[in-house]
Amino acid sequence: MIGRLKGPVIVYVAAAIVAALFFAPILLMIVGSLKPDDLVLAEAGSWRAFVSNEISLQNYHDVFARVNYGRFMLNSLLITSTVVTLGLIVNSLFGYALARLQWRGRNALLAVVLALMIIPFEGIAVPLFYQGTLAGWRDTYIVQIVPFIANAFSIYLFYSFFIGLPRELEDAARVDGAGVFRTFLQVIVPSARPAFATVAILTFLMQWSMYLWPLMVTSGERVRPLSVAIASFRTLPPLQWGDIMAFGVMMVAPTLAMFLLFQRWFVRSVITSGIKG
Amino acid sequence: MARVELRGLTRHFDGGKAALDDLSFRIDDGEFVVVVGPSGCGKSTLLRLIAGLERPTQGHVLIDDTIVDDWAPQQRNVAMVFQNYALYPHMSVRQNMEFPLRMMRLTRAGIGSRIDRIAGLLDLLPLLDRKPKQLSGGQRQRVAMGRALVRNPAVLLLDEPLSNLDAQLRANIRTEIAALQRELGITTIHVTHDQQEAMSMGDRVAVLRDGKLQQLATPLELYDAPANTFVARFLGNPGMNISTATLRNDGGQLYLDMPAWNLYVGAELLEAYPRLQQYLHQRLQIGIRPEGFAAHTGQQAADRIAVHIEATEMLGHEMLVYCHPAGSARSSASAKTRDGNAGGTQWIVRLPADDTIRGNATLELVVDTGRLRLFRDDGTALVRAA
Repeated sequence: MIGRLKGPVIVYVAAAIVAALFFAPILLMIVGSLKPDDLVLAEAGSWRAFVSNEISLQNYHDVFARVNYGRFMLNSLLITSTVVTLGLIVNSLFGYALARLQWRGRNALLAVVLALMIIPFEGIAVPLFYQGTLAGWRDTYIVQIVPFIANAFSIYLFYSFFIGLPRELEDAARVDGAGVFRTFLQVIVPSARPAFATVAILTFLMQWSMYLWPLMVTSGERVRPLSVAIASFRTLPPLQWGDIMAFGVMMVAPTLAMFLLFQRWFVRSVITSGIKG
Repeated sequence: MARVELRGLTRHFDGGKAALDDLSFRIDDGEFVVVVGPSGCGKSTLLRLIAGLERPTQGHVLIDDTIVDDWAPQQRNVAMVFQNYALYPHMSVRQNMEFPLRMMRLTRAGIGSRIDRIAGLLDLLPLLDRKPKQLSGGQRQRVAMGRALVRNPAVLLLDEPLSNLDAQLRANIRTEIAALQRELGITTIHVTHDQQEAMSMGDRVAVLRDGKLQQLATPLELYDAPANTFVARFLGNPGMNISTATLRNDGGQLYLDMPAWNLYVGAELLEAYPRLQQYLHQRLQIGIRPEGFAAHTGQQAADRIAVHIEATEMLGHEMLVYCHPAGSARSSASAKTRDGNAGGTQWIVRLPADDTIRGNATLELVVDTGRLRLFRDDGTALVRAA
C-alpha cells in the first residue's frame, strides 16, 4: 500500500516545490504592494517578505497620484485588443487560404510564413523603426498596432488547425449551397473556436508585455502602454518599492483575468463531435 | 426528380493515372443506382463530380439533359450524404437541417414545415435540439440523411453512408434507405465497396474498377451474366470460381481441358454458347458459381470430379467447402495468374449443410452445366445465346 503510494507522493511533493518557486515572485509582488513602503525593502531578505502584518491600499493610491495610470491602461487595452481582434481576422483568413484554397504561389508563401516564425523581433526592430519613422508614424497607436496584426506564428497555428479539419465539412456546406465566405464564417470558424481562443490568448500575452518596440516608438505619455510606463515609473523619483509592486499587480491583473476567463478553451476540442473517425 | 447522364466522364489527378476513365451511362428518373467497386476504383470521385465538388478533366455530367459542368452544387440541386456524415458539430440537429434551407432563402414557416416533415419521416423529432456529439452512430446517419432530404433534392448522392455503422444497424438502415428512396422517388446514386449492399439496394448496379465501368445491370443480371471475370469474382459471397481451360476437339466432341479435369461440352452448354467452336485450341476461363456444384450421389455421372477438401465452413443452413480438384496442385502452392486467382484452382463450393462431408478428405462433385459461364482469356464474357 505504502509502496504503491510512494511514487505519486514524490511527484506531488516535487510538483508543489516547483509550483511554489514559480509562484514566489508573484506572491512577493502582491504582498509587497500591500505593505508600507519602507518595510518592502527591509523585509525583502527574510521569509517576512511573503507576509504582511498590516494591509493597506496606500501604495495603490500613490500610483494613481503619481502617474496617469488610467491613460497607460487605456493605451495598453486599446493597442492589445485591436491587435488581437484584427489579428484573428487576418491570420485566420490567411491560414485558411493556405490550408484549403488552391492558388499559385501558395506553397512558396507557406514556406515564407514558416521562415518568418524563426526571425526574432529584435532582428528587425531597427529597420522597422526606420520604416515607421519614414511613414511619419512615430509616437502613435498605429505604429504599435499595424506591424503586429499579421503574425507568422498565428497564421501557422490557424493553418495547422484548418488542415486537420475534415474536408467533408466544407464539401457538405458547399453542397448545401454556402459560398466560400459563408462556409468560413458559419462552419469553419465555429469549428475552430479552440484555435481562435489559443491565438487570441497568445497574441494578448505577447502584445500586453511587449516592451522593446513601444519603448522605441513612443516618446511621450500619450500613447505609452503599461509595460513601458512601469519601467519608467521605477526610475521616477522617489524610488518607492511598494508603489512599484502595486503598479506591477495592476499590470498583471488583466492578464490573469484573461487567462482564467479563457483557459477552458485551451483544453476543449470541439471538432471531434460531429465526425466519427 | 431528374435523370443523370455521364458522358465520357474522365478525371485525372495531378500526375497520377485517371481516377475515372471515360465513364458513360444514364440513370433514369427515380432510379436507385449503386456504384460498387474495390477501394480506389474512383467511386467517390464519381460522386464528387456529379455533386459539382470537382470538375471533370474531360467529358460531361448532364442532369435532365443539360450539361451542368459549370454549375455550382446548389444549382444542380443535388444533396450528398458523406461517409463520416460531416454534421456541423456546433449546430443542433435542427440547425444542421436548417442550414441548406437557409441558403435557399425559404421563409421561416417554410423551413419549419419542411423540417417537421422530414424529421417525422426519419424519426428525428425527439432529437432536434441535440448536438451531433450527443447522438449515436445510427442517429447521426439519419440526421445526415435528413439534412440531405430537407432540400427536396433532384438527385441524392450517398457516399458509403453505412460504412461507419455496426453490422446489425447497417442491415436495418439498408432497408430503411431503400424504402425511403422508393417512397420519395428521388434519383439516388449510392456508392459502396460492399457488394452485398449493392446487390440488395440497387435497382441497377454499376461495377467500377480502376476508374472504368465494368458493367451496369440489374443485380440479378450481374450475378447471372457477369460481363467479365472481375465482376464474376467481385459479386457474390463467395464470388464465382474461375478456372483456366483449353478447348479441345476430340473426334467431333468438344472438351474443356483443365489441369485436373476434362469437362465434356454437352448440348446444353453448346446451346448457350453457339459460337464456342471458334475458340478451338484457345485458352478460355470457366466460371462456376459456388452453388453451381452439387455433391455426387447415386449413379455414375460422366462428369463427376473428385476434389480434395481443404477446409469447410459451416453456415448452418448450408456449408462452404474449400477444395481443389484431385490431381491439381494445391492452390496456395501454385503461381498466381495475372488476375490474381490461383492458377492451381481453388474452388469454393456451396452445399447443403452435411456433417458427413466435413469429416472427409475428398468429395465427388457434379457441375450444373447450365450455370457454367465462359470467358475469353482476357476475362471478357463469351457471347451467350439470347
